[in-house]
Amino acid sequence: MAKKANFETPAFRPYPVIPILKPDIMKGNGPFVAKPQMQEALGYPEELIDNWQEVAIAKMGDLLKKYRSLRVYLDACVKCGACTDKCHYMIGTHDPKNMPVARQDLLRQVYRRYFTWAGKLFPKLVGAKDLTKDVLDDWYNYYHQCSQCRRCSVFCPYGIDTADISMAAREILDCVGKGQKYCNEIIAKVYKIGNNLGLPEPALANTLEGLEEDIKLDTGVDVRLPLDEEGAEVLVITPSADFFAEPHVDGLIGYAKVFHQAGISWTLSSKASEAANFGMFIGSYENMRQVALRIREAALELKVKRIIFGECGHAWRVAYSFLNTLAGPFDFLDQRYPIPQHICEFTYDLIQKGALKLDKSANDHRKLTFHDSCNVARASRMGNMPGGQFVIPREIIKASCNYFYDMPADTIHDQTFCCGGGGGLLTDDLIELRVKGALPRMEALKYVVDNHGVTHMAAICAICKSQFSKVLPYYGFKMDQIVSIHQLVSDALVFEVNEI
Amino acid sequence: MEFWTAFYAVSFYFAIVILVGGLASKIYQYAMTPAPLKVPTMPAPLTTGGVVVRILFEVILFKSLFRSNKWIWLFGIVFHGALWLVLFRHLRYFTEPVWTLVVLAQPFGKYASFAMLFGLIGLLIRRMMVERIRYISSPSDYLMLILLLVIGGSGTMITFVTHTDIVQFKAFMLSVMYLNVFNGQHLLPTDGFLLLHLTSVILLMIIFPLSKLLHAPGVFFSPSRNQVDNSREKRHLATWAKELEASSASSSH
Repeated sequence: MAKKANFETPAFRPYPVIPILKPDIMKGNGPFVAKPQMQEALGYPEELIDNWQEVAIAKMGDLLKKYRSLRVYLDACVKCGACTDKCHYMIGTHDPKNMPVARQDLLRQVYRRYFTWAGKLFPKLVGAKDLTKDVLDDWYNYYHQCSQCRRCSVFCPYGIDTADISMAAREILDCVGKGQKYCNEIIAKVYKIGNNLGLPEPALANTLEGLEEDIKLDTGVDVRLPLDEEGAEVLVITPSADFFAEPHVDGLIGYAKVFHQAGISWTLSSKASEAANFGMFIGSYENMRQVALRIREAALELKVKRIIFGECGHAWRVAYSFLNTLAGPFDFLDQRYPIPQHICEFTYDLIQKGALKLDKSANDHRKLTFHDSCNVARASRMGNMPGGQFVIPREIIKASCNYFYDMPADTIHDQTFCCGGGGGLLTDDLIELRVKGALPRMEALKYVVDNHGVTHMAAICAICKSQFSKVLPYYGFKMDQIVSIHQLVSDALVFEVNEI
Repeated sequence: MEFWTAFYAVSFYFAIVILVGGLASKIYQYAMTPAPLKVPTMPAPLTTGGVVVRILFEVILFKSLFRSNKWIWLFGIVFHGALWLVLFRHLRYFTEPVWTLVVLAQPFGKYASFAMLFGLIGLLIRRMMVERIRYISSPSDYLMLILLLVIGGSGTMITFVTHTDIVQFKAFMLSVMYLNVFNGQHLLPTDGFLLLHLTSVILLMIIFPLSKLLHAPGVFFSPSRNQVDNSREKRHLATWAKELEASSASSSH
């Protein structure tokens, strides 16, 4: 059950009204600031530097030259207001600075002041502002109230993407020595140990062995979870939460069973034992690239032919949209398969070919709905047609379960609401924000629970799963009502002996 | 009268230099700034042809805005549609003989000015009355709408109420265009509404490349709308990223 909290969980609304603004209700110091050694590990100043203002403006100028998105987005906004009611944090907190346009304006006001004629000559007229300490504090606070989910960009007539702007802002903050503890600590751990959780190779090997034993006990079948096996066909890159967190680990067991049944050799890598790439959250091309290169190196060392990613939302964005850019070209892999491939694409193909025998009735004690994770829905794809990322996971669920009901249309597919914990916000020091930001998703879930008796929500993102486990109880649900898609596959899979 | 003729002629030249020069330099800047990552808002088209269709839907029908908010969409599309029609009708003051299409558009273009005012007033009322939009508005956001209302209002007055010597005005405009305005033969009529109309148009031309009106070229350069979804098939690499790769490869070996 939810612990006693020093804030109120938002109440479900009888119908979705646009909230009345409560200025500064979420004003504060923001999440914990990164420690000096973490900053250093990522190549940033250890703490807020003396000439931060000068450096921040120079960095902004640098990013404006490097990113067309930033330049166009800062220029093009006409303040039409289309995005103002689209952000889950705005809906959950009522703080006007959580309106996407207002969040962008925190950076835009400074851009106008230092980089446009109008802002240099008539700052008051065009809403331009000097970069003061107050503004810097607002940046730190409110750019860590954005989960970079891109929902606002779907509705913007110019496609202005607040995610891109918050990434740029965080990169500037890092460059003046004010990084966020959660993200930067995790990236430092990835460099040092290979994954977000700081799980070293022996512990990982141990965990995987334990899982093999569990599966054996459960099914009587010798399903393997190989680690660092050179010459395997497939390298699986999965979020480290899959190794032990609930319900993530049930998904990992699902992947293992699917590989076993398909008879395709695979391996995990201790070097790249992490799909997540928090370099994206902090908007750092260099860090994102360095994290991504581990995957290339692991694939080369293990001499695999294919790379498949496990259930992780932002990791799939980096994999699908950026991996070829950051760590390509992957000419050493088997070109007949997508590079990289999503575990759902892999499983879906097998289902299509009839290679998996699934007994749907094994999941009859569950009625399912599906949460589209924002980075999968709005920043990547699956399959060979636009929108495949909506179809494939649902088809896998329908092939594994008898009961499936979608949440209301304006809360799924590319209009999906963030879980409330994405974008580097999945940290306890932001729990109030996370609970409040989950409101729209919880309302949509409540709708299918009330109308269709839905018992479980499936997701394909490690962050979503962790976030929901934590916030579901605040809204009167149970923490185990969130499941992995491959957990459903796992439960429905009937082992068939293919040999002989 | 000769003073005003010269004053407005010079102002026009000045404004056109700012407008064209400013827009050209902005477009050049957008075009030259790399987009290092594939960031289309998904689902996105898989081909360049698909991207063209996507952008046309945005530019002509305001598709995303329609999904977002029906009121803003209605006022926005009525205003922009009417503005194009009105602008097209105005070609009659810059061409001799007047093109057939422009002649045919004349009656529609005249009444489109009312639609334009309707859209602008709707947008202004929303900006003042809706709390969220009021919160995000700067003085310039109101002034921009008011400037457009002055342009539309004064133009409508000239068309339907006070009239000006339009033949003389056209002679002035053509002499500005063909650079023989300073010989004193084609004087600008000096009716109040005409001067107000011209002044506000000149102001708008100057403001255009320096303000949020850059959304007009910007929409074509927005990476979330103009990128093809083919990141797995085709490696996308910005020049600066290529240099970064080269330098990190040489430093680590």
